Amino acid sequence: MTMPFYAPPEQVMKDRAEYAQKGIARGRSLVACLYEGGVLLVAQNPSKTLHKISEIYDRIAFAGVGKYNEYDQLRVAGVRHADTKGFAYSREDVDARSLANLYAQYLGNVFTHEMKPLEVEILVAELGGGARPTQLFHVAYEGTITDEDRFAVLGGDAESILETFTGLYVDGWTLGEAIAATTKALAGPDRTLGADQLECAILSDGPSRRTFRRLDDDELSELLAD
Amino acid sequence: MGLPMFDAASDPGPSFTSLLQASGLDALPGGDLAGTVPHATTVVALRYADGVVMAGDRRATAGHTIAHRSMEKVFPADRFSAVAIAGSAGMAMEMVRLFQVQLEHYEKVEGVTLSLEGKANQLAQMVRSHLPLAMQGFVVIPLFCGYDLTRKTGRIFGYDATGGHYEESDFQTNGSGGPDARTTIKLGYRDGLSRDDALELAVLALYEAADADSGTGGPDIIRGIYPIVSTVTAEGYVQLESNEVADRFSAVIERRRELTGDAGGSLR
Repeated sequence: MTMPFYAPPEQVMKDRAEYAQKGIARGRSLVACLYEGGVLLVAQNPSKTLHKISEIYDRIAFAGVGKYNEYDQLRVAGVRHADTKGFAYSREDVDARSLANLYAQYLGNVFTHEMKPLEVEILVAELGGGARPTQLFHVAYEGTITDEDRFAVLGGDAESILETFTGLYVDGWTLGEAIAATTKALAGPDRTLGADQLECAILSDGPSRRTFRRLDDDELSELLAD
Repeated sequence: MGLPMFDAASDPGPSFTSLLQASGLDALPGGDLAGTVPHATTVVALRYADGVVMAGDRRATAGHTIAHRSMEKVFPADRFSAVAIAGSAGMAMEMVRLFQVQLEHYEKVEGVTLSLEGKANQLAQMVRSHLPLAMQGFVVIPLFCGYDLTRKTGRIFGYDATGGHYEESDFQTNGSGGPDARTTIKLGYRDGLSRDDALELAVLALYEAADADSGTGGPDIIRGIYPIVSTVTAEGYVQLESNEVADRFSAVIERRRELTGDAGGSLR
């Protein structure tokens, strides 16, 4: 008689976590922070079409690192959730907190029940307005959710980037200052990053109800040059 | 409300209406209230040099009663298009709301906006799926226009109750006051109108429609309620300030007063 295969749950979880971390570490990192006009999201991403940062709703942005197809699926689900909720109730009832919770539940479920965990880390950013503060929700591959009120770093080199960025961060700085610092932190000590290697977007109040806006290469180069 | 995840075979794609169906939400619900819902209306759209002007009156009627004096019938569909409605008010508003979300949803999921033609077709599908209710008396007929960023011109699409849609070369009107408005525009229309002339013509068309049709509201000077007038150009959708609309109506009224008599005399 063959013995049933046994693996202790600690080992299984550890292996899965390691697997997910390795997958995420292969991708490039991303920084999100507050600035005087709202929220800035900057990712190292040479592609102009496969985005790491995108719009979810009027005041909510999504950012993901790790495996593209996996976080893009989460992005689409987020847009669907937000649009359905806004249609069924009202636009102001759509909030980042409930969406981040759903993401956390989903990622947690996949991590415990599926063979392969999702190799992603995501960020849900919400521009404050009315009674709601500006918030950044960071959701890890196993469903751990943390809320940040100043900045968040996602991806493989998160620790070293976070260390650099914490030293640079200033409350209420301008967009130019924030972009310079995020770029510096993402690049590390040995290199510099140009506009063509960055993907950059902001959540900022303007005339439109939709606050998400991408910064194109020209605009970004100009801001980096200042 | 859980996170809406679908497997590849049942994925609704970038369509918001398909997503609602997949989520079990009926976007345009039915009911049996035929004859009591507010309708009538005049909405107009006309092309000019920079794009399109769209305008609509503010009156909603229930039978012979004025149900609402400040209804809005002209809406931005997205940044570069506008939609105006005539027909069953509740259903029409719901259709516009759904249409707006549909366009934005597509844009967010796909990362690009639909072409103007694509938007017009989407709206046609909504009108068509509404047909069973239209047969019960809840007719909704939209008028759609926008600025085509690839062709660099304003375009107008008219609809019928079955979802048939027809691109108009220069102008179109809709609603019970539509025929009066259409005749007015027809007489004053020239190719490549300036913004000023196009706005004046749209305002005049609404004035004439309100003058002849009991279902169409004119400028309400006492309450300060004026028709909604908007333009869609390469810069996007812009709704005119109420003051500007008021001034344009005052000019028409002043001219009528000077001329006295029933008819306005010359068109301009």
